[in-house]
Formats: sequence, structure tokens, C-alpha cells
Amino acid sequence: MDTLTGQKMTQTPQTAAMTQAELAGRSVRLTARDVTVHYGAKQALHGISIDIPDRAVTSFIGPSGCGKSTFLRCINRMNDTIEGAKVGGTIKLDGEDIYDPSLDVVELRARIGMVFQKPNPFPKSIYDNVAYGPRIHGLAGSKADLDEIVHSSLRKAGLWQEVKDRLSESGTGLSGGQQQRLCIARAIAVGPEVILMDEPCSALDPIATAIIEELIDELRENYTIVIVTHSMQQAARVSQRTAFFHLGNLIEEGNTSDIFTNPKNKQTQDYITGRIG
Amino acid sequence: MNSLIIAALLLVLLGLAYQTGWVRGGSLVTATGPKVHSRPQYHASYVAVWTLVPALIVLALWAVFGGAITSNYVRGLIPADVLAGLDANGFNAAAARIQALASGYGVVGDLAPYETEAGNALRSFQFITFLGVVAAAAVAGLGALLYARSRITARHRARNAVETVVGFLLFACSAVAILTTAGIVASLLTEAIRFFSFVSPLSFFFGTVWAPNNAGGLENPGSYGLLPLLVGTLMITFIAMCVAVPVGLMAAIYLSQYAHRRLRAVAKPIIEILAGIPTIVFGFFALVSVGPFLRDVGSAVGLNINATSALTAGVVMGIMIIPFVSSLSDDILNQVPRSLKEGAYGLGATQSETIRNVLLPAALPGIVGAFLLAVSRAIGETMIVVLAAGNSPVLRGSVFEPVATITVSIVNQLTGDTDFAGPQSLVGFALGLTLFVITLCLNIFALYIVRRFREQYE
Amino acid sequence: MTTEASMARVVPERTLLIRNKLRRRHTSETIFRGLGLLAIILALGFVALLFTDIFRKGIPAFTQSNMHLSVTFDPAVITTGPAPVRTAGQTDADFRDLSLKWQREVAMLNWNKIVEASVRAAAPAGYEIDTKTILTIPETDARHRIREMFVADPSLLGKTVKVDVLASANADNWIKGSIDRSLGDAQQQLKASARALIDQFVTNGTISMGFSWSLLTNVDSRAAPASSGLLGAFVGSLYMMLIVILLAVPIGVCAAIYLEEFAPKSRLTDFIEVNINNLAAVPSIVFGLLGAAVFINYLHLPISAPLVGGLVLTLMTLPTIIIATRGALLGVSPALRQAALGMGASKTQMVFHHVLPVTFPSILTATIIGVAHALGETAPLLLIGMKAFVASVPATPIDQSSALPVQIYLWQGNENRNFFEPHTAAAIMVLLALMITLNGIAVFLRSRLERRA
Repeated sequence: MDTLTGQKMTQTPQTAAMTQAELAGRSVRLTARDVTVHYGAKQALHGISIDIPDRAVTSFIGPSGCGKSTFLRCINRMNDTIEGAKVGGTIKLDGEDIYDPSLDVVELRARIGMVFQKPNPFPKSIYDNVAYGPRIHGLAGSKADLDEIVHSSLRKAGLWQEVKDRLSESGTGLSGGQQQRLCIARAIAVGPEVILMDEPCSALDPIATAIIEELIDELRENYTIVIVTHSMQQAARVSQRTAFFHLGNLIEEGNTSDIFTNPKNKQTQDYITGRIG
Repeated sequence: MNSLIIAALLLVLLGLAYQTGWVRGGSLVTATGPKVHSRPQYHASYVAVWTLVPALIVLALWAVFGGAITSNYVRGLIPADVLAGLDANGFNAAAARIQALASGYGVVGDLAPYETEAGNALRSFQFITFLGVVAAAAVAGLGALLYARSRITARHRARNAVETVVGFLLFACSAVAILTTAGIVASLLTEAIRFFSFVSPLSFFFGTVWAPNNAGGLENPGSYGLLPLLVGTLMITFIAMCVAVPVGLMAAIYLSQYAHRRLRAVAKPIIEILAGIPTIVFGFFALVSVGPFLRDVGSAVGLNINATSALTAGVVMGIMIIPFVSSLSDDILNQVPRSLKEGAYGLGATQSETIRNVLLPAALPGIVGAFLLAVSRAIGETMIVVLAAGNSPVLRGSVFEPVATITVSIVNQLTGDTDFAGPQSLVGFALGLTLFVITLCLNIFALYIVRRFREQYE
Repeated sequence: MTTEASMARVVPERTLLIRNKLRRRHTSETIFRGLGLLAIILALGFVALLFTDIFRKGIPAFTQSNMHLSVTFDPAVITTGPAPVRTAGQTDADFRDLSLKWQREVAMLNWNKIVEASVRAAAPAGYEIDTKTILTIPETDARHRIREMFVADPSLLGKTVKVDVLASANADNWIKGSIDRSLGDAQQQLKASARALIDQFVTNGTISMGFSWSLLTNVDSRAAPASSGLLGAFVGSLYMMLIVILLAVPIGVCAAIYLEEFAPKSRLTDFIEVNINNLAAVPSIVFGLLGAAVFINYLHLPISAPLVGGLVLTLMTLPTIIIATRGALLGVSPALRQAALGMGASKTQMVFHHVLPVTFPSILTATIIGVAHALGETAPLLLIGMKAFVASVPATPIDQSSALPVQIYLWQGNENRNFFEPHTAAAIMVLLALMITLNGIAVFLRSRLERRA
């Protein structure tokens, strides 16, 4: 029972209440210092600084329009595709500045994958959807290698059993939850180190959501995951670190349990108790 | 008939009617307070419509029958013995002379004994009938006016009546579209059927020789085989597509995916200019510049390219179709949701990989539809081919030689002496029917594909 | 753990694989992008090529060769009596008969002699050239012009006046170099003596170049090609455009209003809509066939008349206007409609008093663009009989006439390619200038009206 909110905080049985020691032992994967984003004259992010730990789930929460998705998209330089967007500050992956001009964006995005809010499978077969990344990056030497990658990605995404007999069917013919898992498999197939998820469950029903949350928990053993979510309960269930954003500023970040039981900042408290956002 | 006086009469009636209706409608407002249904202008319009219609009917009746009535009267003015010796042309000449006398213009030369009298009589007749028609129209109009005026009460739904008339007129206007299609189909069909009474459909649709004998009359009409024309059309269309599709599609891709906003704002309108240039300008350009150029290039590389050939016409037609392909493709590409592109970028695909592997396959149905519409446009094109393709309806395999297309042959067959009696001219309609059916099928199919594509992403 | 270890081993190999392929991928990206840019350059290049080519060819035709002659109305040649004067009591018919008789006599005179005399007067004294050859220098309409001057003012008899006439088309070719000067006598259009004389005329100022007003103010002419102009065609096109505007706009707008606002959602309405979309894509020559079969053959309207041409072009332009108006009506906000209806306006009142005025800029723009497009259509006009040569300005829309694009078509087929190629290109420039002006007006009006609204 949470003393502050009076709500029952549930965690699914498998959710690793990762011990503090384990979490402390994780190295830092991504560091961001004073990141700003301008869309034309409008400033969307004001100096974000945060460390993302390796092989843990970090969640970004906050009311809509607060800049969490914008910051997420900075990490894999997706904001480059928006005309008029200017990014300032530094983001480093394993110590390398990802905005360094000599760094190839294509290679970066092979290391940092992304899953989007609305499932967006390509209008290709399930097999081709998953095989697309490995194909363009040249990760598979032969058809057998490619089959293996597709198989293991679909297995890791928890979708193999459901689609193993219909790999040649169109990816868009799956249900919403299955499509999202397909998108996760597609991202995994490239072998990234970091997976970014932008509100991955907001377009899904509760059952599909639960399946994906379980999946995220399994994936965190091998991948660094950053997830943007507008559901505080989801953040509490799924993540070990949480960052609270508001109006383009990072208000507070820390261990998930601390943020939800004992927030230091008044705005964080107001958001968690439902008074803002 | 002095048309100015008629026009004046109608205007007077109209003004009178409108004024009467207005006054009456207006008077109701002050008399019974705000319970009047319609504003004065509607009462006025109501009376105006009621007044004009009978007057117009009277005038229309005279327009239809007056000529015959006058002609009969003139016939009666000519003495029987003179009349017996006149044929139709002679009668017209005699009547014209009497008419000239009646109008005071006078006739050159001597007058036959009856003519002076006839002239005077005709003058009186015309004067009386004119007065009569005007009076009848005025009476009809005024009568209707009084009737309509009497119908005006406070509860009278004048506005509704007027709006019903307006609604009917609007419907009639949209029916014009159906009438046009019906007209096209009917005229093409009837004339083509008449053609097929001279030449069998089999020998038309499958014949390999096109050699009309324009001077041969009905006994020796010549051969009317469609195949050389069809092959010529398809050859030119194919060449045009080979030019227009790569350039148009790649231009659309570059403008929508790569280009800065400024380049797009400048380049797009300039390419659209090509779409507005009349086809005869393209034809002239092909004839005087592109044709000789291709011929010179050909002789430089050892090919014998005719200055007017399928190649010349095809290349220039391709240039003409570029904006068509480009702007349709641009629309289609913009309809593919951004999320698909972002999914590919997120995986680390380059822009060209995204376009080639994700965007184009997703847009494919729409692009195929655009492609078909462009083909339809090319098939129906006339002036470029008339000027630049030569005129050789011979079944040949070479694109370097002159060819003839369906459209060229329509122009050739129908710009001689159009008597619409022999197969020489009627074949134009059979050709037109073929063309219409082909382009209609292409258009319907293409629009269907594009619509299905759009629905997919809505 | 094994997973971690295997992950640690896989990462460097994976990175190598990716890096290996990167160069090739970036190269193919550059090539693809380059192809796109190439396509744009090609497309823009075609536009530039077309315009510069027409421009280059047409500019020479905007100057014409004028001959400045002193013409003596020699009484030795003009041997007819004085012009008839109307006496009292003469009927109109009689007087006209007499006048025509005198004019016929005047026409029978050998005006060529007068022309020849004036050209010889301008040539150096004693220049060796025979009559036939010297008459190839001025255009054949010179004698008509001089004769008409006399008919208009018979008091010119015996006087000498300055007259400007056109040099002939062949002379014009020689002066401008449209015909290769180095060609031998057998391939030249004019005899050597004529050519030499023309060069002398240019030097001594008898022939000077001026702006080709005749291109714009004369009618077409076969006998005097140098004087052929676009006036008849222009007036014909003007009548046709007026008919299109007067018919296609009201009918089209009303049809669109009906379909958009009043039509019930029925099979008939769908059918009409499909019809209109298809009509917009029918080849223009089919409309020509429709005109030939219905207007000419069935209704017996006059062949080659602007009325018929206007009707055919109206039918062609109708779908465009309907579709554009419907688009504009769809764009009107429902809030505006609701406001009008909420005040108690009837549906008709709402449409005509509130919605239609808002769509006015779009309708105007679509009309101008539709008219500009119809201005350039040739094929349907050919089929309603406009293939013939017409040498007069149509007085009414039911007189025979030509049209601008048809005139271009006729001129490009003329045998005197050296003269008529630039002439046709100049006519094309006039047509394009007209269309660009119309489109420019459309764009300007749209921005002005939209700003005000």
C-alpha cells in the first residue's frame, strides 16, 4: 500500500524487483548533457541531463506535450528527419558522441532500435518484416543465417508460436498486439544494444498490453530499454529508473520506487497524485 | 420580326411583373403585420416567372411555325401559272424577290407583273402578323400576370415556389453532364453501326491493311483494318511511357522526399507549366526541332531515323506527360503514412532504401493507377501525332519509321468532305468508338485502383 | 552467463558486417539521389528547351519588311469613268448595282502596272529587270491595297502619294536570311536580279524592317503570305471563349451546387458523379466527333462557326468547372452553413447567399484556367470543319471562322517553310503569351480575393 497515494501498487509476479545492488552494478550506457531541441523558433526541450543505465528499463513519464517523446527521438537521431528541428547539447552512447559528424547515423540506428506508438509493420510478409533490417545491414551471409535470425527474433519477441506456420502472410493482417510484437521482433533482429519504445502500448487493449509488459521484462536482461509512457502504473510495473518530464524540462529522475513513494519535487508529487497532467 | 421590339416587350413584361409582385407582396407586409410567408422579392420573382413563360411560349410557337406560315402565304401570292414553272430553287428565288420588295430594299432589273402587288401584300401581311404575335404575347403575359397576382396572399408560399423552380433548373444543369455522355455514346454508336453496314466488324478489328479510298465512293471504299493504327498507337504510347515514367516518377520522389521546401516551391510550378502548354505547340516543336535532331543523331550513329516517326512523336509525347505522372505520383507518395517511413529509418535504413523497399511498394497500387491514367492520356492524344509521326498506316515493327495512330486517322478521314454517307467518313466514328471504349476502361480501372489505395490509408 | 558472453562475442562481428556494407549503401544512396536530381534537371531542361526553341524561331517573324513606295495613280492605266453618284429617286438596289459595276471595272484594271511603276521608280535608273521578276518583290496584296485606296478616294487620280506595302514572303526570307544565301540560283526562291535589287532597296532605305503589326491585325491570306495575320483567328477564338464562359460557368456551377447541396444520396447521383469524372478524362477528339455528329450533322449548325466550336469546348470545360466548384463547396466550413440555417434561412438561401460568395475566388480561378486550356485545343475544332482556310474576320459567332490553334496548324503546313516556320513560331508565342497572361490573372485574382476574404 502506497502511503502517499493510497493506491495499491501491484507488480506482476515476474517483474524483477531488481535489487538496489544489481541496479547499482549496472554501468551507464547513455549519457545526455544539456540537451535542447528547437522546432523553428519554438523551444521544446530545455537542457535535459540524464544517465541511462545498461540492461535496465528506464521510463519517461509526464503529461502530454511535455517533451518526453521529443527527447526519446533525440537518442536515435530521429529528429534529424524533421525539417526545421535543431538539437543542442551532447548525447553519448558508450562514451561516443552520437551527434559527431563523423558518426554514421545509419550505423547508430542499427545499435539503437525503436518501437513506435502505433504499430507500423511494413506491407510485406511477416518473414520479410523481420528480415528487412538484417538484409539491408548485411548481417546474414546466407538464407540459413537469415532464417535463424528471424526465428530467434520472433522467439525473443514471444511471437514465434503464433506465427511460425504463416511467415509468408502479410504483417498487416495480425492483431494490434501481435503487430506491435512483430515490430519489436523487427527491431531486435538488427541486434541493437538499446531499444527505445515510444508509448508502445497506448494503441493496444489491456491483454495485449500485459503481454508486451512481460516481454519488456524479459528483454531487459539483454537490452537497455528506454520507454516513454503516459501510464504511471505501467512505469511502476515495468521500469527500474524513472524520469519525470514537464513542459520540456526534466524535473526529477531516480529509482522507480523512490519516485513513486517518495518524490523529492513538488511537481512530481502533484503529477503522481493526479493534480496536474 | 424586329427582334429589338420583341426584346423590349419581354423586358417591359418582366419589369411590370416584378414590380406588381413586389408591390403586392410588400403591401401585404404592412397590412397584416409580420405573418407574411415570403419576402417581396420572392413574390416579385414568382409573378415574373409566371408572366414570362406564357409570353415565351407564344414567341416560341411563332419561331417554330411562323416560317412555314409566311412561306405558304407567299406561295399564295404567286399566280398559279408562274408557280407551275418553278422548282424548289426557283420558288426560293421568287420568294426572295418578293421579300426584297416588301422590305423596301428593291430589286434590280425588271419586275414581273405580279411582283409589285405581291410585295405590298407581303409587307402588310408581315406588319399584321408582327403586331398579332406581339399582342398575343403581351396578352398571354398580362393574363398570367393577373392570375399570379391574384394568388399572392400572406400565406402564399412564393419563396417555396420560386425555390422549386430554382431547384429544377439546378437539376437540369447537372443533367447536362449525363446528356453529354449519352450524346457521345449515342452519336458514336449510331454512326459506327452505320459504318459496320459497309465494312464488317471482323475485317475492321482484325484487318491489317488501312487504305481508305477517299475518292472511291461507295463502290470502291478501300480497306479499313484497325491493326496498323492500333500498333502505331501502342508503339508511340510505349515510347512516351519510357520517357515520362522514369523522369516523372524520379522527379516526384526527389521533390517529395529529398528537396528543400524552396526548391520544391520553384520546381513544381515550372514542371506544371509543361502541363498547360497546348499540344499543338508540342507538335510543332517535335516537327521542326526534335525530328530533325533525331534524324541527325541517327545518321551519326548509322541508324536511319526518319524525321517524322514513332520515335519523334513518342519522345515529345513523353515530355508532355511528365507533369501528369509527376504530380499524380507526388500525391500518391504523400498519402503513404509517415509512420512507415519512420519504421524504416528507425531500423537504420538509408533514405533510398526506405523509398525503394518501403515507400514505393506501399504506394505501388496508386502509382500503377497513375501510370494507367497517363497511358490513357497518351492514347487519346492527337496533335503531336498529327504533326510529328508522319502518316503511314502500315503495319511495321520499326519505331524509326512514320506510323499512323487511331487519332490521326480520325482527323484524316473527317476533315475531307464530310458527307457522313460513306464509310470513308463513318469510319471516323468507328475509330472514335474504339478509342472511347479503350480510354474509358483504362480510366475506370485506374480510378478504381487509386480509390482502393486511398481507402487503405484512411 | 552464456547469453552475455555470446552477446559480447557477437557484437564486434556484427559491427564489422554492418560497417562492411555501409560504403556500398551510401554510394547507392548518392546514385539514387543523383538520379532524382537528374530527373528534375531533365524536366526543367525540357521546359527551357521548348521555350527557347520557340522563342528563337519566332522572334525573327516579329519584324516585317516594309517597302516605302511613291505610287502614281496614272490616268493612262486608270481608264474607267468617275464613280457613280446617287441620284434622287434611285432605289437602294439600283444604286448598289451601279456601284458594284464601277468597282468591277476598276478591279479589271491593270494595277500591277502601277505597282511595277512605283517599284521601278525606287530602283536605280536603268536597272535591268523584267516585269514578272520585279513583281515578285512586293507582296501580291500591294495592288489590292492601292486599288482600295482609289475606290475609297477616286480623287487620287493623277496624284502621287507615299504608300507603304509589304515585301513578299520570298523577299522577306531573303532579307532575313531565312533562306540560305549561299544556295545556288536553282534552289533560291527569287531570281538573281530580284535578289540583287532587294539588297539595294535595303541599303537605300526603300525597304526597312518594322514591327510585324500585320501579324496581329491582318486576317489570314494565301495569296499574300507576308501579310497573313492572326486577326480572324483571334476573333474566332474570342467568340468561342465568350461562349464557353457564358455557358460553361453557369451550367457548371449550378450542376456542382445541385450535386453538392441538393442531390439525394441515390444511385442516380452516384451515376452522375461517375459520369463527370469520366468525362474529364475523355480524349478531346471524341468531343470533336460529338460536335460533328450532333451539332453539324443532326442540328445543321453552320460548319466552322465559333458557335459550334464554343459549344464543343463548353462541353469539354464543363467537367473541370464542376469538379473545381465541388471542391470549393466542400471546403466551405460547416460552421458557416449551420449559422445560416440557424438564422432561419432556407437551404436555397443558405447556398446562394452565404456559401456561394465564399467560393467565388476558386470558381473564378478554375474558370480562367479552364478557358485558358480550352483556348489551346485544336483536335475537336478540326473535326467541326475548321480545317479550311478562312480569310475574313467573323462578324458574328455563326460566320465561318478560324481559331488560334487551328491557324497555327494551318500555317505549319504551308509549303513556304522558310517563311512559315518563323511565322508559326510567332503565332505560337502569341498564343502562349495569351495563356500565360490568363493563368497569371487567375493566380493574381485568387491571391487578391483570398486575402480580402
